[in-house]
Amino acid sequence: MEKELKTNRRDFLKIFATAGGGLLIGFNWTGCDSPKMKVVSDEEVLNSALNFNSYLSISPTDHVVIFSPNPELGQNIKTSFPMIVAEELDVDWSKVRVQQAFLDTEKYDRQVTGGSGAMPHSWERLRTAGATARQMLMEAAAKRLGVSVSDLKTENGHVIHGSKKLTYGELANEAALIPVPENVKLKNTNDFKIIGTPVKNVDNKAMFTGQPLYGLDIYREGMVHAMIQRPPFGMKLKSVDAEAAKKVKGVKDVLTFKNNVAIVGDSTWPLMKARKQLKVQYEPIDGKLESTAFHNQVFDEMLNTGKGDIKRQDGDVNKAFSSAAKVVKSEYQCPFLSHSPMEPMNFFAHVKADGVELVGPTQTPDRARNAAAEICGVSPDKVTVEMTRLGGGFGRRLRADFVEEAVELSKMLNAPVKLTWSREDDITGGAYRPAVKYRFEAALDRDNKLIGYKLRGVGINAGNCTRENNFPSGSVDNLLIESLEYKSPITTNAWRAPITNFLAFAEQSFLDEVAEAAGKDPVAFRLELLDRAKSNPVGEIHYDIDRMRKVVETVAEKSGWGKKQGVSQGISVYFSHRSYVGQVAEARMVNGAPVLDKIYAVTDCGIVVNPTGADQQVRGGMVDGMGHAMFTNMTFTDGISDQKNFDSYRLIKMKEIPEIETHFIDNGIDPTGLGEPALPPTGGAIANAIYKASGKRVRNQPFMEQEEMKNVKLADPA
Amino acid sequence: MANYKLQINGKSYEVDVDEDTPLLWVLRDNLGLVGTKYSCGIAQCGACTVHINDEAVRSCVLPVSAVKNDKVTTIEGLSENGDHPVQKAWEEVDVAQCGYCQAGQIMTAAAFLKKNPSPSDEEIVDGLNANICRCGTYHRIKEAVKLASAKTK
Ligand code: FES
Ligand code: FES
Repeated sequence: MEKELKTNRRDFLKIFATAGGGLLIGFNWTGCDSPKMKVVSDEEVLNSALNFNSYLSISPTDHVVIFSPNPELGQNIKTSFPMIVAEELDVDWSKVRVQQAFLDTEKYDRQVTGGSGAMPHSWERLRTAGATARQMLMEAAAKRLGVSVSDLKTENGHVIHGSKKLTYGELANEAALIPVPENVKLKNTNDFKIIGTPVKNVDNKAMFTGQPLYGLDIYREGMVHAMIQRPPFGMKLKSVDAEAAKKVKGVKDVLTFKNNVAIVGDSTWPLMKARKQLKVQYEPIDGKLESTAFHNQVFDEMLNTGKGDIKRQDGDVNKAFSSAAKVVKSEYQCPFLSHSPMEPMNFFAHVKADGVELVGPTQTPDRARNAAAEICGVSPDKVTVEMTRLGGGFGRRLRADFVEEAVELSKMLNAPVKLTWSREDDITGGAYRPAVKYRFEAALDRDNKLIGYKLRGVGINAGNCTRENNFPSGSVDNLLIESLEYKSPITTNAWRAPITNFLAFAEQSFLDEVAEAAGKDPVAFRLELLDRAKSNPVGEIHYDIDRMRKVVETVAEKSGWGKKQGVSQGISVYFSHRSYVGQVAEARMVNGAPVLDKIYAVTDCGIVVNPTGADQQVRGGMVDGMGHAMFTNMTFTDGISDQKNFDSYRLIKMKEIPEIETHFIDNGIDPTGLGEPALPPTGGAIANAIYKASGKRVRNQPFMEQEEMKNVKLADPA
Repeated sequence: MANYKLQINGKSYEVDVDEDTPLLWVLRDNLGLVGTKYSCGIAQCGACTVHINDEAVRSCVLPVSAVKNDKVTTIEGLSENGDHPVQKAWEEVDVAQCGYCQAGQIMTAAAFLKKNPSPSDEEIVDGLNANICRCGTYHRIKEAVKLASAKTK
């Protein structure tokens, strides 16, 4: 950290080159200066701001510019990160303006959005950045007033000595010249004034008035528009007849590269029209094309006879199962899913003689840069990456395939190119959540104690489709977790809460099946297992037993577990991405069908930085988890998905959401991420509640397409 | 190609495009009004919602030739300073996650409230149900519509 801050000092002036230069994404107001005050323009603030470190600049106008390094895709990091810097700087939030930083691997070391990892990674760094600048301001004030630093305090953007008050703006020039202090003191968490208060999204105004913010909003002088027709999975290009397509007015050219057919022109609509005129023929690469029926066969064959990769083995499962009084066995399956963010994939690339300019929505700007450098044969430092706001990501934008396409085209055309994927391209274009099937087996002894547990999973391009150290591992004497993978030409990728987005549903549903077989209450059963893991752990334990216990107990309490008449409750609890979330769903029977009324969620993500943002992330994750568990299906015929747009690729709608009540455990522990952890438990809580209400156990997703769920009506608010 | 005169946000524009060009692409590609979003292109999500006179319309399937003299309002023209009651409610409730769907949600809500200024909860859900939000901000959208309705009273 110390070294990093020193290096950053050398970027003192460099920052203006990146920050000031005609940003398309604009400069974002966070607060509002009071209407009586003169409104200081963004330019004025930026041009006069003095850089203190990678994260912040202070302007003599008293405004503070805080740079947000990580891509913003709706996880609200562009608000929560600056809050942390501002907290330690001790500045009035209404004086803060936030700007998205460009990719800069010298200044920042994890400009990635994925894995809910940014917050734990940056918490200390952001605090130190703010505290360091505050210390420099105090030292400058001490010099000016001829007093000692220990006699000074700060408050709301002022350094205070007795009755004397100096604003940060007045001190900025002098403070920027102070040597960067090595060891700065961080605030006591009890003294936080901004962290822990609900701070509104810094882009609200821009979003709600239609300002250009997203990748698709990029338009540049001389820019060529492009769309690409890609082959189905497992096929390659055989021939193209572009005669008719080229005749569409506004189309400039049709070119092929790497099995792709690209149409370029001067605006988007002619390209969409021309694509319908393209006559493209494909041929299978190795004679075989995959469909859903084939995948189902693969699952069963591999589950029955495939050789599993043993991920964890405790005790002796064979012995446990042969001595069992009762055995419970179930299979759970999920389809592929497209990420389908509302903004389809797109990117702007301009390959020039001396480098490459990239602009657009990416979760991994560094990967985008390296991909461009490789294609163009230049060193990565010749590539600039400007991150726009992302119209959602869900993991799809961790890939750089769409960046590579834009770069290839710009290189071929020798022009700036904006590549746009249509919704159909986005849904059929791959890198899906892998389809997976699990087989669970549990052995109970005569006293209904869980003595054996087996999980065997087959994933299509899933890598390891199990998480061997998840609860209940550690609480069962004999346990075997195996993972198998089938390699398919259908591309897959991390999808919000990778693997656990389905595994959690399966595990939490199965635990309820086991609890029932043991004649135990689902909450009591989980607590019993946690007690066992605590008092007499089996093998390694990778979750914090006390934190998990606390969310189970709290969600049971908040939901009035087991105390409500006429309401069927289902519980689910999950630890993923360093946070703990417990949920209880409630269903009622109406005219013979279960209706989902409400879900309670209790989250332990340590310190809640921004309560309004945290509530959003939990809600959003749950709606996402519910929607895909209930409704969304993706099936394949001959290497291409049958669902191509939102008419058949079914997303959850407003009518279908139950009431959600969120709670957070406030334990003062350093914060962990929230973009993903609330999603995994939701499917399980819902399935368990539906079972309790109707006696129908759904084991496959999407629920609504399963036989058990025919005639079920949802979310009819009470 | 043909020449079309359009009345958008109280201003006149002229564009030279094919008659089947959806209004969405005229707004975005020809006129630089990028607040209106593309997401599905087949009238399934509402991201591209604009007002034609006072009606919420999906601009991705509305050919420019059908607009004629009708008054078009986009998110950029909903209010002069971003202070339409619906915009204010959206800010107050802090509705957005990624924000990409929100211009369409706001335009849909504004047209809806104009027709039904004091909707019941059920009517709000009916009125907004056809707009997809992939981030799942539905609870806050509902709350913001209620707040906007209260603000207009
Ligand atoms: S883009 Fe028009 S409804 Fe989806
Ligand atoms: S806020 Fe992201 S799609 Fe609605």
